[in-house]
Amino acid sequence: MSRSAPLAQAAVSAETMRGPVAGGDRKGETALGGGPQMDLRRKPRVAETLIQGFLFLCGAISVLTTLGIVYVLGRESLLFFANEEVNLLKFFGGTEWQPAIGRFGIWPLVTATFMASMVAMVVALPIGLCIAIYLSEYAPRRTRNILKPILEVLAGIPTVVYGYFALTLMTPLLRGIFGRDLVEIYNTASAGIVIGILVIPLVSSMSEDALRAVPNTLRQASYGLGATRLETAVRIVLPAALSGVAAAFIVAISRAIGETMIVAIAAGAGPNFTFSPFRAAETMTGHIVRISGGDLSYDSIDYNSIFAIGLLLFLLTLSLNALSQWIVRRFREEYE
Amino acid sequence: MMALHQEHTVAEPAGGLMPSGPDYHDQVVSRRRKGRAWATVFQAAVLVGIIALCALLLNILNQSFGYVAIVNNIDPAELTVDDVPLNRLPKEKLVEILEANISAGLMRRYEHDRPFAERSRENVHALILERVVEPKVQATWGLFDSIFARGSVFAEAEERFPGSDVNFRSWLTTSFISNSQSSEPLRAGVRTAILGSLWVVAITILFSFPIGVGAAIYLEEYARKERLLNRLIQTNINNLAGVPSIIYGMLGLAIFVRILEGFTSGAFLGIGDQSTANGRTIISAGMTLGLLILPLIIINGQEAIRAVPSSLRQAGFGLGATHWQVIWHHVLPSAMPGVLTGTILAVSRAIGETAPLVVVGASTFIALDPSGPFSKFTVLPIQIYQWTSRPQDEFRNLAAAAILVLLILLLSLNASAVLLRNRFDRSQAGA
Repeated sequence: MSRSAPLAQAAVSAETMRGPVAGGDRKGETALGGGPQMDLRRKPRVAETLIQGFLFLCGAISVLTTLGIVYVLGRESLLFFANEEVNLLKFFGGTEWQPAIGRFGIWPLVTATFMASMVAMVVALPIGLCIAIYLSEYAPRRTRNILKPILEVLAGIPTVVYGYFALTLMTPLLRGIFGRDLVEIYNTASAGIVIGILVIPLVSSMSEDALRAVPNTLRQASYGLGATRLETAVRIVLPAALSGVAAAFIVAISRAIGETMIVAIAAGAGPNFTFSPFRAAETMTGHIVRISGGDLSYDSIDYNSIFAIGLLLFLLTLSLNALSQWIVRRFREEYE
Repeated sequence: MMALHQEHTVAEPAGGLMPSGPDYHDQVVSRRRKGRAWATVFQAAVLVGIIALCALLLNILNQSFGYVAIVNNIDPAELTVDDVPLNRLPKEKLVEILEANISAGLMRRYEHDRPFAERSRENVHALILERVVEPKVQATWGLFDSIFARGSVFAEAEERFPGSDVNFRSWLTTSFISNSQSSEPLRAGVRTAILGSLWVVAITILFSFPIGVGAAIYLEEYARKERLLNRLIQTNINNLAGVPSIIYGMLGLAIFVRILEGFTSGAFLGIGDQSTANGRTIISAGMTLGLLILPLIIINGQEAIRAVPSSLRQAGFGLGATHWQVIWHHVLPSAMPGVLTGTILAVSRAIGETAPLVVVGASTFIALDPSGPFSKFTVLPIQIYQWTSRPQDEFRNLAAAAILVLLILLLSLNASAVLLRNRFDRSQAGA
């Protein structure tokens, strides 16, 4: 738009010099006004400036949101760490999270988060990438037109519904396969698998966009050398789109870490320092939901502690998102 | 592979220019076979996705309908008068039955709440069911068990709950939608939650649509990309879209619920119950979700505005329109379908959002309809979460029925977005 504004100015000046246009649009005339001897210098337009200022404020609200998040999380976290029961060493060194008896070690929540996310990635990354390759390289147009909306439906289902799915179908299924003694009623594996299903559409659509952005000339060159469809897809197109696919993977990890309702419903309540995916464990997000769902008094150590967890979560997802954007910028293959 | 080719052509010059020979043939066959195998793998991945979607939907349908074993405190068959069954008795007889079976104190309380002379026959009938018959759900079965294993369902019910009524029940009924919440699963409904969701979404739209579209206009039409501040805003919006929703909930809790409590509790207007008033109200929730979907609306809005051909703007400027006149009369009208589609998608995200509202503090047990933006509330997803967390089977059934309501709501919203997009595409193609 930066080009059109001076252009508009020029257009206005040219027209005013010739005087009002006969039979011109009514609205055009109010904009121009004036007779033959009108002043040709740029007039201050108060309303236009006000509107522009208001629109700028609208854009600035997003920055305010970020500042608000940083301020809120930072302030409450500082209050949390200012508490004599807590210090950074205990927070990052302890393996027990029991606010009631003053144990504030973040590790049980972090390990549960990473376990659920890892299970999710084991499900989502291969399936998502395969779907992306199929849609971009194999599927005929008509199949694509059917499959894409189905994936969009999958992406549009609220996460609480996925949580219900994890608890009422995935958990009984896992308990049926691996035995009721091994798999607890609440477990990170079932939550993780369902998070994986939830992020499949994200992985597949972002990767597919990256794959389709690879110019056709590369594919034709590959076919021309006698490569099969698979060889073209995996050895030519995929490496060329690798930055986009990697970015999709990282965004998916970030999404899985921040996922809340599925783990709140299916992964269990109560921090548990375990590395078995079949046992109940509470993730960072699950803990925040459970604590804030109860009666929470302001300025209690519980209240402050969830903001400290929130800050960690925010920094984690933010850095992952930044990493994915950096990968796209740094490693993008340009074919012009 | 290429090196292999050459070896062959060198070793067998008789083959001419094209590579040939049994080794080469084997290699081609195995490459083909590998290609076919992987193609199957790719298709299987798609199939897994479709199966997951089907399993999810079938699971919900399975839980929404099915046989229920109910044990009544008093069999309705015993309450017949002159062999006329309970549901066909006139109101007067029903009142008599009620009087005969409940304590005088309770009767007086009902009379005090609303005189029996004014109550309808259906109301008295419901009271009898609630207080006299007192049906209790003993066990529930899924739809598939009810259809394919009917015999064993009845056998199991007879064995475990002798004397129970086994009926086929649809948990999703009109009374489920019109009843308010209740701790009794047979009478519980989602009216409060639906109204809460509608109120919250209305506030969300009022808050985020003007600001989102305004920001999109600013970024596309006014902002000079080379200025650092504008680049900062753009990067910031892209990053905000990736922030987990629960973080927005914490932002809402600290800012809207706590710091702005005087505003969000309605205290500044002097409305609402002052003794229990706090900031955990519809307006806090609406604004929190508004902030959450703002980046989505802005990004979609920007795309829609960017798609407006610049010839339209040039023509406007050429006729001497001011910048805002061009935007308001030409750019916005042609970008509007795209903007609206994006907004509908963002709003359907807001309707399904649960975590931030739990943090902001949607009250979990609310039997009164929300009366305005400053009242306490619950929303559909929270109601689902609440019912899902209960260990009893019948609440899982209720949750499934509520999920169906939510999905139908979302589906109709998404369908309208798709229709809008198609219509827009056609009119663009015609232009």
